[in-house]
Amino acid sequence: MKQGRLARSAVKGRTVDMNAQAEVGAMLNEAARKIGTNPRQRDQLIENLHLIQDRLGHIPAGHIVALAREMKLSMTEVYEVATFYHHFDVVKEGANPPPPLTVRVCDSLSCELSGASELMQGLKKSLGNAVRVIPAPCVGRCEQAPVAVVGQNPVPQATVAKVKTLVAAKKTKCATGKYVTYAEYRKKGGYKIVAECLAGKRDAESLIKTMENSGLRGLGGAGFSSGRKWRIVRGEKGPRVMAVNIDEGEPGTFKDRHYLERDPHRFIEGMLIAAWTVQISEVYVYLRDEYAGVRAILEKEIAALQKNPPCPLPPIFLRRGAGAYICGEESAMIESIEGKRGMPRLRPPYVAQVGLFGYPTLEHNMETLYWVRDILEKGAEWFAGHGRHGRKGLRSFSVSGRVKKPGVHLAPAGITVRELIDEYCGGMLPGHQFYGYLPGGASGGILPASLGDVPLDFDTLHEYGCFIGSAAVIIFSDKDKARDAARNVMKFFSEESCGQCTPCRVGTAKALQLMGGARWDQALLEELSGAMADASICGLGQAAPNPVRTVMKYFPKEVG
Amino acid sequence: MTGMSKDELAAMPVEFKLNGNDVVAYASETIIQAAKRHGVEIPHLCYKEGMRPDGNCRACVVEVKGERVLAASCCRNPSPGMEVTTNNARALASQKMVMELLLADIPEQRHTMNSELDHWAGKLKVGKPRFKSRHQPAADFSHHGIAVNLDSCIQCTRCVRACREEQVNDVIGYAFRGEHSQIVFDLGDPMGESTCVACGECVQACPTGALMPARKVGLQKPDKRVHSVCPYCGVGCQLTYNIKDNKILHVDGRDGPSNHGRLCVKGRYGFDYAHHPQRLTKPLIRKPGVPKRADFAMDPANPLEHFREASWEEALDLAAGKLREIRDSRGSKALAGFGSAKGTNEEAYLFQKLVRTGFGSNNVDHCTRLCHASSVAALMEGVASGAVSNQVNDVARAEVIFLIGANPLSNHPVAATWIKNAVKNGAKLIYADPRRNELSRHAAYALQFKPDTDVALLNAMMHVIVHEGLVDKDFIKSRTIGYEDLKKNVEGYSPEAMAPVCGIPAETIKEVARVYATSKASMILWGMGISQHIHGTDNARCLIALCLMTGQIGKPGSGLHPLRGQNNVQGASDSGLIPMVFPDYQRVDNPQARERFEKLWGTSLDPNPGLTVVEIVHAILDGDIRGMYVMGENPAMSDPDANHAREALAKLDWLVVQEIFLTETCYHADVILPATAWPEKDGTVTNTDRMVQLGRKALDAPGEAKPDLWIIQELARRIGLDWNYAGPSDVFNEMRKGMNSIAGITWERLESESCVTYPCENEGDPGQTTVFIDKFPTPSGRAKFVPADVIPANERPDREYGFVLITGRQLEHWHTGAMTRRAGVLDAIEPEPTASMHPLDLDKLGAKTGDVITVASRRGIISLFARADDGTPRGAVFIPFCYYEAAANLLTNPALDPFGKIPEFKYCAVKVTRGGELTPRSSYGGGQLLAKITPA
Repeated sequence: MKQGRLARSAVKGRTVDMNAQAEVGAMLNEAARKIGTNPRQRDQLIENLHLIQDRLGHIPAGHIVALAREMKLSMTEVYEVATFYHHFDVVKEGANPPPPLTVRVCDSLSCELSGASELMQGLKKSLGNAVRVIPAPCVGRCEQAPVAVVGQNPVPQATVAKVKTLVAAKKTKCATGKYVTYAEYRKKGGYKIVAECLAGKRDAESLIKTMENSGLRGLGGAGFSSGRKWRIVRGEKGPRVMAVNIDEGEPGTFKDRHYLERDPHRFIEGMLIAAWTVQISEVYVYLRDEYAGVRAILEKEIAALQKNPPCPLPPIFLRRGAGAYICGEESAMIESIEGKRGMPRLRPPYVAQVGLFGYPTLEHNMETLYWVRDILEKGAEWFAGHGRHGRKGLRSFSVSGRVKKPGVHLAPAGITVRELIDEYCGGMLPGHQFYGYLPGGASGGILPASLGDVPLDFDTLHEYGCFIGSAAVIIFSDKDKARDAARNVMKFFSEESCGQCTPCRVGTAKALQLMGGARWDQALLEELSGAMADASICGLGQAAPNPVRTVMKYFPKEVG
Repeated sequence: MTGMSKDELAAMPVEFKLNGNDVVAYASETIIQAAKRHGVEIPHLCYKEGMRPDGNCRACVVEVKGERVLAASCCRNPSPGMEVTTNNARALASQKMVMELLLADIPEQRHTMNSELDHWAGKLKVGKPRFKSRHQPAADFSHHGIAVNLDSCIQCTRCVRACREEQVNDVIGYAFRGEHSQIVFDLGDPMGESTCVACGECVQACPTGALMPARKVGLQKPDKRVHSVCPYCGVGCQLTYNIKDNKILHVDGRDGPSNHGRLCVKGRYGFDYAHHPQRLTKPLIRKPGVPKRADFAMDPANPLEHFREASWEEALDLAAGKLREIRDSRGSKALAGFGSAKGTNEEAYLFQKLVRTGFGSNNVDHCTRLCHASSVAALMEGVASGAVSNQVNDVARAEVIFLIGANPLSNHPVAATWIKNAVKNGAKLIYADPRRNELSRHAAYALQFKPDTDVALLNAMMHVIVHEGLVDKDFIKSRTIGYEDLKKNVEGYSPEAMAPVCGIPAETIKEVARVYATSKASMILWGMGISQHIHGTDNARCLIALCLMTGQIGKPGSGLHPLRGQNNVQGASDSGLIPMVFPDYQRVDNPQARERFEKLWGTSLDPNPGLTVVEIVHAILDGDIRGMYVMGENPAMSDPDANHAREALAKLDWLVVQEIFLTETCYHADVILPATAWPEKDGTVTNTDRMVQLGRKALDAPGEAKPDLWIIQELARRIGLDWNYAGPSDVFNEMRKGMNSIAGITWERLESESCVTYPCENEGDPGQTTVFIDKFPTPSGRAKFVPADVIPANERPDREYGFVLITGRQLEHWHTGAMTRRAGVLDAIEPEPTASMHPLDLDKLGAKTGDVITVASRRGIISLFARADDGTPRGAVFIPFCYYEAAANLLTNPALDPFGKIPEFKYCAVKVTRGGELTPRSSYGGGQLLAKITPA
């Protein structure tokens, strides 16, 4: 191997290419004019990488070095962030940049059940080399499975023909459907509550009490009482910030997108009410990059709101993810907002105490905030009044898989999966018999049809080794295998593990190896699962064994 | 909890249960630390004492009662009443599984003998892993000093933290994700092609041998380990040599007060010079008829071409006899001596004592003249002490760090790490230097001001401070004199007027002035960018005035720190290797001081200050000085206008050189006395922080090479001095009698503690890290303002000589290169002479990196390789002075600062042209040493 620098008289390592620096500098200056904040701040790194990726279709190595210089970062800091996220294509000298257009084929469970792998193969064959066809983790459109995304344009019930047409027509932008605009929302009484808050007509304590009494829990999956969270963060020393999680990446989940595509201001108002109640000084909204349509809506609507505000607003920053499931984990999301690799933090300290930029942080899932206005208007009892089988409240189930009517179904908490299928989803698809289900996306475990009468809610699935999480219910049938589902999600976890802790980084990879054969080494898998669940840093690694363990428990014949 | 300080809070006891026993921890402790104190071992891999815990490996997980999952004991603090179990089945199952998973992925062939993974896996009795291995990455041997075997990497990120958080070199990153996560250099580049500065901190941090010293030296078991101090710069890092068969295998950083285990590339990989075949091993006498000419050159591999070997008896008799003869026939003033800032304090002391008492004059100087003489002149005048007021690591207590005219990344790399750490912890760095480098990235204000305009910039800052009322009136009133003169003087230097002069916008000058003046604690550090000008003393005067007028001195985190260059330039100066002062800066023209030393040394002494380095060169050419004794200095390379200096050396009737290699100065010697390299002898050195540290002998000297102390003593005896020192401790004890500053330091204490800071006047004193707390050591106790006006450089660029030449050092090479260009790794990393220029200037010449260019001044001409570096300002050329093939000092201007007598190394006019004839490389340098071991 050649030792040392290529030219002995050169300075060590890469140097800044002046043209690249001029180009990057111009992009940043343009962004500065647009966004009004300093694009050279550390936390803007991911946004800046997007600027380059969007402009050039990839990120040349020289631009990484130039961006590092512009932002006063080391080049490796930029590189390690760029290579962490799926949506950045770093291209080094001598390597070919990807073709200008990428088609992503969702290979998560619901799409896989609907023939994603055949679609993938078909597209690869028919689109040739001019278009890059790559698999992608869940794009949050499971009710439309199988899904391909042409550039940023999602294709529901995708077929080779449909995709080819869009590629040929260069239709790569995500269309937005009809939704309630700012003007319409205000006309129908929107933003009244938040205006009252700011006008001193409401008091924070009673708002918090209402939230507490409603029983509304964090709908991202953790299920922490919203009212209590407000109280805790409000009790922390200021300044406090808020981070809204719309990194809806749990396979099978698409409720946040569903609501935002229809009624974005209901969420924004909830967010502003929470911000006022908790005395938040800045609000950061983290939106997954896959939701280009939602991004367009939010950009437009937040601008409309800011242009003609119903009341003084806190600064609102819309931040764009870059393709990383782990950034749905609250502390990983905070890292990502800070412009870093999305690696979860160890707790304690909790984000409520030391969160974004080191400040106490009110972190909420989008949907949790979406219900705030309704609860305050209709009362805590309205929300708590719903429920079935002894459970209270409403849940937005994202249902996909082998049912007739997949989609977001707002149903009482505690409903069973059989009731959900029959009452909300129009039953199973013809020719399919209910065989099993994932009650909480990829990480919530896998249950057999025989446990189809368990109430679905927080806390009710624990004894079965499962949880409801974000209420993403994936139904599979006698045509499917539970073991395949488990392998699909383990592959997902392995690919989405941030790589920080051993049990998850190595454990998911080794588990996937062990799940390859017809017979699983169940004893070893169980031992490994125990360590992953016990010793991983965050929920990803801790929950990753759930599907394996539940398949070994409830579908022993498939793996024995 | 009101009224408690952070430290008090951290020391509060916390009672908790550990494996069923009641134990007490400090609030600041983590579980793993508390457990260790109570004798409970918890396995760990990513955790390393002294490093920020990261909690990623999960080997140290423990059960905390009532918690859903296990907790990383390295990141968790115990809370009152917490029940922690480290060793039950549940905790052990996870600890062992972590080991097994990691073991599965590393090859059976280990790259280290000290794998922490093996250690803990053995303790936990983890058997053969049951999982299949990952796909293994290829080895990366692209770096000359470090072998990268990522097949043994466990992704613990200790190297990342070492590189990013400790040394803040920011080369290593953790890229990609999931099982593809990978330790990378820069953009995933081969290490040898990256910006790696080879500090080796990552190697020291790696628990599994994935990063190791190159060429498998880590797989050899050392016979012994010897604690010592680094021989290179003034930071004074403590280190441990690993020795086998009288050879240094590799070096580890040791936890000394100035380095806390950190080293740089020189301290880590720069020791094999001691084993170089060109070491002088026998006394040499110049053969009759060998000419003495300025341009006379030799092959250091072949000294016998022009010299003959002699016995020590013969060589010493001859060397001393001729010196004595000159003294006796031409008088005391016909002799002079250059001591060395690379030797020990004891050697420096004896050397100057030999000159003063044996030669009979004060004609003794050393390379302090070439580095900080002007700083010392200004400091002596202003605050009556030439040493630093605060230690480098005091920057941790500063709010603002004002670093000017220094490139510590190259010249004081470990000191730079403390500055970078301080910045990471919130301190603001103002970095003023005409050259931009990686440190500029960390600066809140990076002022790339025009070369030579220091006084303009600093006076403008003071103007702002005066005009905006930011002066510390109480301090000025109670602790200083001369403020009114200064105030009047800076009146003419408004930032608006100075902005075009120094190239920094007036608004920026104002801002930095405010930031500096109003912070709770501001530290000033400077280097040779300040001192090596004909107005070097004025530059330093301005810095002193700046800190006095704002009261930014005499307290933690605020003061003055001239970064000393050589490992013992502070100590050599303290010990009296200066023509106008005895040891401890007692002036030779002060009768009391003279009396003190006449008494101590039992002889009468010359009351007249002697000549300085450049003055001695002139005196030789004038025929006044006829004989010289040079110990470990290389004026033929290090003096300005080197042709002139070489002419002088060649003109001497008698030149005795004490050296370890046949240097360019040796070419002109009559007798060469083979001395010991640093690891071959005992003695103390004093670093930039006033820390007196003990260097210990680790190797036997080659051949007949002798300890310098022995050689000085033998020469002294032969010129009529009755000396009988048994060793360095004897000398040190005599020094204590003449030097109040170290009077309280005993040799025994040095042996047990390795380091004592002075002033330490009485035995048992802790040593003062910060001085001038309530008074200055001047007769009045007050410091003095000395105003300075702008004086342009002696030689400004003109139409013919259009570029400014800046000379200096580079990271890998030491001074004139005699040692480092014979250290395999260092030589391989920087093998050949380069001239750094801004790429646009190079473009204009039609040249690019690697092309030969020729740089000429009115005094000399050299050809060397162009290096594009956009950190070099437009219109300037930077050339390191360590390359004999293209000695930068052939070009430099010997014009002197009138007070410090320091030459203007940082500024002269040159012309640059494309092309030229390279001087052929001799028998060392150019990477030839390592190339022989590892063919490319």
